[in-house]
Amino acid sequence: MKGFVKRGLVLAGAVVLAAAVAGCGSSGQKAADGQKYAGQTVRFVASNHTYTDAIKPLIPEFEKKTGIKVNMESYFEDQLTQKLTVEFTSGASSIDVFMTRPLQEGRLFSKNGWYQPLNTYLGDAQKTPADWKWNDFQKSAVDATTLKGNVYAVPIVTEWQTLFYRKDLFEQAGLTPPKTLEELEAAAKKFHNPSAGMYGIVSRGQRGASVTQFSSYLYGHGGDFLKDGKCVLDTPQAIQAIQYYGRILHDYGPPGVTNMSWPQAQALMASGKVAMWTDASTLLPGLLDPQKSKVADKIGLAMFPGGPGGQHPFMVVPWAVSIANQSKNKDAAWEFVKWLSSQEVMTKAQLAGNTTTRNAIWGDAAVVAKLHPGMADIAKQTGGIAVPYDRPVMTAVVEARDAIGDVIVKSIETGGTADIASLAKEAVAKVNALLEKSGEFGQ
Amino acid sequence: MNRYIERNISWLFPLPAALFILSMMVFPVVYTFWVSLTDWSMTSSDAVKFVGLKNYIDLLSDPRFFNSVKLTLYFTVLAVGVETVLGVAIALLLNRDFKGKNLVKGILLLPMVATPVAIGLAWTLFYEPTIGLGNYALGLLGMEPSRWLASNTAVIPSLAIVDIWEWTPMVTLIVLAGLASLPNEPYEAAMVDGATPWQVLRYITLPLLTPTIMIAVILRGIDAFKTFDIIYTMTAGGPGFASETLNIYAYNLAFGYFKFGAASSALVALLALVLGSSLIVLWMRRSWDQ
Repeated sequence: MKGFVKRGLVLAGAVVLAAAVAGCGSSGQKAADGQKYAGQTVRFVASNHTYTDAIKPLIPEFEKKTGIKVNMESYFEDQLTQKLTVEFTSGASSIDVFMTRPLQEGRLFSKNGWYQPLNTYLGDAQKTPADWKWNDFQKSAVDATTLKGNVYAVPIVTEWQTLFYRKDLFEQAGLTPPKTLEELEAAAKKFHNPSAGMYGIVSRGQRGASVTQFSSYLYGHGGDFLKDGKCVLDTPQAIQAIQYYGRILHDYGPPGVTNMSWPQAQALMASGKVAMWTDASTLLPGLLDPQKSKVADKIGLAMFPGGPGGQHPFMVVPWAVSIANQSKNKDAAWEFVKWLSSQEVMTKAQLAGNTTTRNAIWGDAAVVAKLHPGMADIAKQTGGIAVPYDRPVMTAVVEARDAIGDVIVKSIETGGTADIASLAKEAVAKVNALLEKSGEFGQ
Repeated sequence: MNRYIERNISWLFPLPAALFILSMMVFPVVYTFWVSLTDWSMTSSDAVKFVGLKNYIDLLSDPRFFNSVKLTLYFTVLAVGVETVLGVAIALLLNRDFKGKNLVKGILLLPMVATPVAIGLAWTLFYEPTIGLGNYALGLLGMEPSRWLASNTAVIPSLAIVDIWEWTPMVTLIVLAGLASLPNEPYEAAMVDGATPWQVLRYITLPLLTPTIMIAVILRGIDAFKTFDIIYTMTAGGPGFASETLNIYAYNLAFGYFKFGAASSALVALLALVLGSSLIVLWMRRSWDQ
């Protein structure tokens, strides 16, 4: 019996050894095919996003082509930030590639040295062949992921504030989509009929989440978050914007707006209970999916309306991809980053409903023809007049958003009739204190 | 070697347990206290340094801290109060023999074993003011619809309802165990004396049960103070800050704002609050016994 077991073990050992030798042989051959990093593993930590959904089924192609194994995890955006922060702080992270929000985390992560600076990779013709076309990326998008001349991430998608509306309802009423905030309010009033389960307009009302979608309303009234490194949310224009946002959502919005971020607002729009929704353009696919949306064939897109201060929707880079500075497989990681932002993959992502960052894709008539009607035009027009940020750009952005969001919530609760001026003053004091603490005040 | 073990058995045997408690309970508390005395923050450009009691002074000047303490107490008293009354009542109802008693007990366990995050998501749907079941149910009862989680005043009661739904069974089970261990003699004596059922309950059952109920209140109270999962999944502290309890506040400080020093001081305050109220309840129980 004992002898039998022993023989079995020897046999098993021989099989393993043979397999290992065979494995070496094949990877050696692959290296000759340009599979320089075959056998390495890349850990990719992503966000739950349409871009991620689009590339996930394509990853096996990358693995086959390069021999690099990709382990992918994805999280909701806030959980992602926490995950990254905790892992990077511990100093023992095994993350190689991660998705990052330049406006939300860019400054904080840069300050802590968590991004691998990409200039050395982008400038090296060996590592980044010219046919990958870094120069094809939109300049404004590249600016968004560049801090002090250093590119810290590859921008993959853009988004802008847009107006989703119900084409059928507007047609019935003989209306065209609103061009000004005044018309927006009038249309919201017209369609608002709670007893029939129909609400005029929805937008985010949850404390921190509301700030970004409020931003275009703020710019449209001639206001801004920061000016010369100081918070300016207490100007008459800004106060007017906060009152307007509170009024339309209180008077013509669904109940419970103050507990809504985009998933809740999207669900209401998709269930056919709301006539208009202002939010980020990237949320369109959820409205067009007939399995999730009762009004999939009735969704219209329009430019975000202009206000007394002009027409200034935001257009930002919500997501970019970067390499972790702590990564041990940076070269393999760069291969993966290049692949997932290559023109081929990005085109597929664009066709799956993303708005991507390469000029060539937006210039490709075959791609543009397949986009939602009006999408390409709106993107182009918005790009020309847009503000490149949708929140106060600072290190302590989360805390600042909470302070500002609190004022927005109070405005929604009271329909804009609360003492917004003094509430805004309080928020300004808080944000300025945060700027001072991180050494950004007045800069 | 054996002799060494024999001579030192009194401290060698408890050693693994002591090490476990030291590393898993004492160390985190001491470390949290230490961090609460520093200005460890990721958004600050300076190095971490010792700042003494500054975090505590800041805490006491932050209206959000007092708001969160108030909300924590409100939530705990409301949830635990209703759970105790309901739990005892259900236990008294179940404390007799009837067909399917074990089945009913089994069903009672279900809310307790469900995942809190799943519970939170399900109740969020229930509370959705436009498409949720909550307002439909209110409508059937002929009542005005509520904004539930989106209302400043209704949000804490709405959250407490979820806690009550989830944890009343635990009070019931503890009280049932207490009821099973009550002596028979006082009841026989009361029967002989011709006491009414109400008198039996008021003068025999409840006084005898008080220690058990106190245990249930302490256990539930400590848990309710620390409630995090359902509040985080359902409101994340909103609308505005209307459901930001102490635990959510500390979480926001740590993982929203990355101010670990300040977050630790809020957690030390929470610990003091939990410990303080537990001591008060224990003291009440002792004076009750005397």
